[in-house]
Amino acid sequence: MSSIPVPVAASAAAPSQAAQRAHALLLTLLPALAALVLTVLLFSLAVALAGFSPLEVWALIAQGGFGDAFAWQNTLQRAAPLVLTGLAVALPAQAGRVIIGNEGALVLGGLAAAAAGNVLARAGAGPLLVWPAMALAGAAAGGVWIGIVGWLRERREVNETIASLLMSFIAIALFNQCVETVLRDPASLNKPSTKPLPDALMLPALPGLDVHWGLVLGIAVALFAWGVMKLTPLGLALRVAGGNPRTALGVGLPVAALTIGACAAGGACAGLAGAIEVAAVHGAANASLIAGYGYSGILIAFAARFSPAGVVPVAILVGGIAASGSLLQRRLGLPDASVTVLLGFAFVALIGCETLRGRTFPLLRKGRHG
Amino acid sequence: MVDANALGWWGVPLAIAGGAIRVGTPLLWVSLGETVTEKAGRINLGLEGTLLMGAMIAFAVSLASGLPWLGVLAAAGVGVLLGALHGALCSLNRVNDTAMGIALMLAGSGLAFWLGKPLIQPTAPGLVPIPLGTWTDQPALKAALSINPLFVVGLVLAFVTTWALGRTRVGLRLRVVGDSENAARAFGLSPTAYRVAATAFGGACAGVGGASLSLVYPGAWSEALSSGQGVMAVALVIFARWDPRRCILAGLLFGGASAISPALQALGYTQGYYLFGALPYVLTLALLIGLGKPGPSDGAPGELSLNR
Amino acid sequence: MNRDKTPTTSSTDTLRRRLLAGGALAGAAATLPGALRHALAQTPVVVGVIYVGPRGDFGYNQAQAAAAAMIKKMPGVKVVEEENVPETAAVQKTMEAMINQDKAALIFPTSFGYFDPHMLKMAEKYPKVRFDHCGGMWTEGKHPKNTGSYFGYIDECQYLAGIVAGFTSKTKKLGFIAAKPIPQVLRNINAFTMGARSVDPSITTRVIFTGEWSMPVKEAEAATSLIDQGVDVLTCHVDSPKVIVETAEKRGIFASGYHASQAALAPKGYLTGAEWDWATPYAAQIKAAQAGAPMPNFLRGGLKDGYVKMSPYGAAVGAPARAKADEVKAAMMKGGYAIFKGGLKDNKGAVVIPAGKNLDQFDAELEKMNYLVEGVVGTIPG
Repeated sequence: MSSIPVPVAASAAAPSQAAQRAHALLLTLLPALAALVLTVLLFSLAVALAGFSPLEVWALIAQGGFGDAFAWQNTLQRAAPLVLTGLAVALPAQAGRVIIGNEGALVLGGLAAAAAGNVLARAGAGPLLVWPAMALAGAAAGGVWIGIVGWLRERREVNETIASLLMSFIAIALFNQCVETVLRDPASLNKPSTKPLPDALMLPALPGLDVHWGLVLGIAVALFAWGVMKLTPLGLALRVAGGNPRTALGVGLPVAALTIGACAAGGACAGLAGAIEVAAVHGAANASLIAGYGYSGILIAFAARFSPAGVVPVAILVGGIAASGSLLQRRLGLPDASVTVLLGFAFVALIGCETLRGRTFPLLRKGRHG
Repeated sequence: MVDANALGWWGVPLAIAGGAIRVGTPLLWVSLGETVTEKAGRINLGLEGTLLMGAMIAFAVSLASGLPWLGVLAAAGVGVLLGALHGALCSLNRVNDTAMGIALMLAGSGLAFWLGKPLIQPTAPGLVPIPLGTWTDQPALKAALSINPLFVVGLVLAFVTTWALGRTRVGLRLRVVGDSENAARAFGLSPTAYRVAATAFGGACAGVGGASLSLVYPGAWSEALSSGQGVMAVALVIFARWDPRRCILAGLLFGGASAISPALQALGYTQGYYLFGALPYVLTLALLIGLGKPGPSDGAPGELSLNR
Repeated sequence: MNRDKTPTTSSTDTLRRRLLAGGALAGAAATLPGALRHALAQTPVVVGVIYVGPRGDFGYNQAQAAAAAMIKKMPGVKVVEEENVPETAAVQKTMEAMINQDKAALIFPTSFGYFDPHMLKMAEKYPKVRFDHCGGMWTEGKHPKNTGSYFGYIDECQYLAGIVAGFTSKTKKLGFIAAKPIPQVLRNINAFTMGARSVDPSITTRVIFTGEWSMPVKEAEAATSLIDQGVDVLTCHVDSPKVIVETAEKRGIFASGYHASQAALAPKGYLTGAEWDWATPYAAQIKAAQAGAPMPNFLRGGLKDGYVKMSPYGAAVGAPARAKADEVKAAMMKGGYAIFKGGLKDNKGAVVIPAGKNLDQFDAELEKMNYLVEGVVGTIPG
């Protein structure tokens, strides 16, 4: 590097470029790696205390989530809604708002999509009209619902985390009420449900795979959102509004509108997830839609550090772990709750290890100035 | 045939009053604990997991020992551990307390369900209610006045906590830590220590709230035992304006609102029962909107991330 | 031999369907040559059982698990189980995993919501695997031949439980805590009420709908509200009756159980209960699978056919109650006992079954029930 003698004698040569780059990379990955090690240790301990062999358990998790083509399809199928519900938290978070009530937005989105789909199906519309309509209806319903939460925050200063949770409970009650009474299909006797979509209008699977197109749609939305955030002035404006509202106001950004917009965008993602669940899996809106995807999305977003693109791999990881739970139950008799514990430990470790980020851990001890 | 026991329409206010105490007790405890935690400037969204762990441990210990109060103690103990963990982890740089809370909620509820598998079947001895209704022959009134002992303890604790926060040195220091970290450091206080302690106390209260669920009402362990009480409590704390005494009101209000739907149905009015079930949430939201943003004069801690 | 029949109301079909529920399958197995039959019986049949909740819930899932435990003991049978599987695409993957990884040949998806579209989709994908669903309405021509449904007419037991309640109740007010107002639940409410009113026509039943299959706090509140209104016998139709029975016992009133026996929870107040005996349809399916016989697609039955049973009478049940209940039970065991008779009125005064025509237990009309009979206080929501 430099041949200028430094005031304090260095007793070792300065590190090479490659070493420095590797060092920097390691520092970026350190929190995730540390979290991984911690999770493995903690869960192995828990499993061992319960009387199982940790090695066996980890082998089954790897196999059940990622071991073969079937496992991968299982994982991807589960990850599909999680990408969108992760975005539902990540997007408002970019604007500095923590929204945790996406379960409600999801079910309302599913309801709206089912209603729209049925209306158009009766009119004889084909899939190319029905699918965008359902997606739009779902996104609109979810967007409006969480948009209200954003509005309550901006204009009435009600804390958005709490408000979104309360709105979620209210949404679920509304959903149940509609599904059982107003929008109920009279033929759905023992399981109240909206009228089912005809098979021709169901979202098909990807060619050759057992995973529906919703996965691709979710990833596309994630990449689009990432693009907007990283590359467009809107994205920059949003991040400024979220990071430092005072500065944003100072430079004349419409902070309130941006924030409400981000909340609505997040809600739209959740609503879209609901619409896809209806179009690709259930064919109708009923109680099975309330499956906890919204809550999983919260942690996925946090673990991905609110990066819209980062949500995708995290969602797939979570899907894989959840998929392996089935194998753990059947082969070892481990209860389903064990997978919840694993995910819990993983998230605690991931969020806790954030503390390691940004610490310098210099490459060399000697030769440092004072 | 006229039934001397039938209450008719009187059943509704009685159910609301009784339900206020029955359903409100766990909420009272959890919101009380969270109030102290938030007064120190920390938010703990993981109380749902702590509540479930407390419920499970209380049931297990009561079952094993035959002593329900020992179960309550065990629940408090577990709560202290989980709360301290949350407090300690959140004290690390860059750790988001909202996220950590939700992560601990996941881990805590998962652990509770895993360890609680063998507890779904058996019946454990519950806490003996305090019979305040011996003066009446009316069975419904007598039952409604059969008070959950943890409600009484919670009442007392709420007043003690208010006194402690307002009138003792420890309480003052805790509030300073919660209002301004800089001021706290200027006084030579360690914010971390106070916050961990406050979160541990909050966890203990949540654990006892869980014990109320599994040992008193409904008095059983089940995987569907909690319907979001842990997270609702955070809403109730804001509603209570960080005053432990108002937590009593908040718990009673929510509990009472939860009892309206079954009370009406018992009279034959079954329409719209889902919407009635959502009444407590609508009420809480309406109150939060109506009361507006809590400021420092309302008792909102300045360091609380919720208020920024 | 084609045993598949669409449920109709003609009496010969009724008779044929009753034979289905019984041992007519033995005939199918008997036609196979002895050595082949023996060989088939030796191949271990892997059976998958899928629960929507925890197995030990003292209720719905436990009743299924009891049958699973019973078939585990059968020679040549291996059982794999998975619990807490939600009614989403996850159950499809579970079924596929059981088929691909565990080589399951027969699957019991035990929760109602697994039927459409999840189980049907898997049945189309794996035509060689048998899927037997609990509670669904298998229909000839509409659903694939490798699927089937089984259910029991537990309303017969609720009718008998109602008789016992009718004798035991002092306030003449009964309480029923139900999850959702679906036909299977309404049928139980009605049967319970009619059984009680056959003893004393002044008896009424109050109904509370909690909206969820498993919500302990809501169930406890519902129980409390009913008891406050003077109810002194409680029964229910929720996934786990544990909390309701325990609350009844704490308040010193009587309880009638459901799904499985909760007698252990209420030594003083437990009267009797309506229980499933899923061992019967499970065994029938296994025998057919082992023998290579066609799958029985529509299994239904009541007390007589061994699909349901009564809990033993509790200490609080008096002699006249036992005598009357036993008498009606004997009549049911003979066959032909109609609970839903012609001229039945609902609680708004309208006639829901035309006069002169009794509905047989196997009648498909009953699976579409959408009324509450006279004597039930309350309306069906929505």
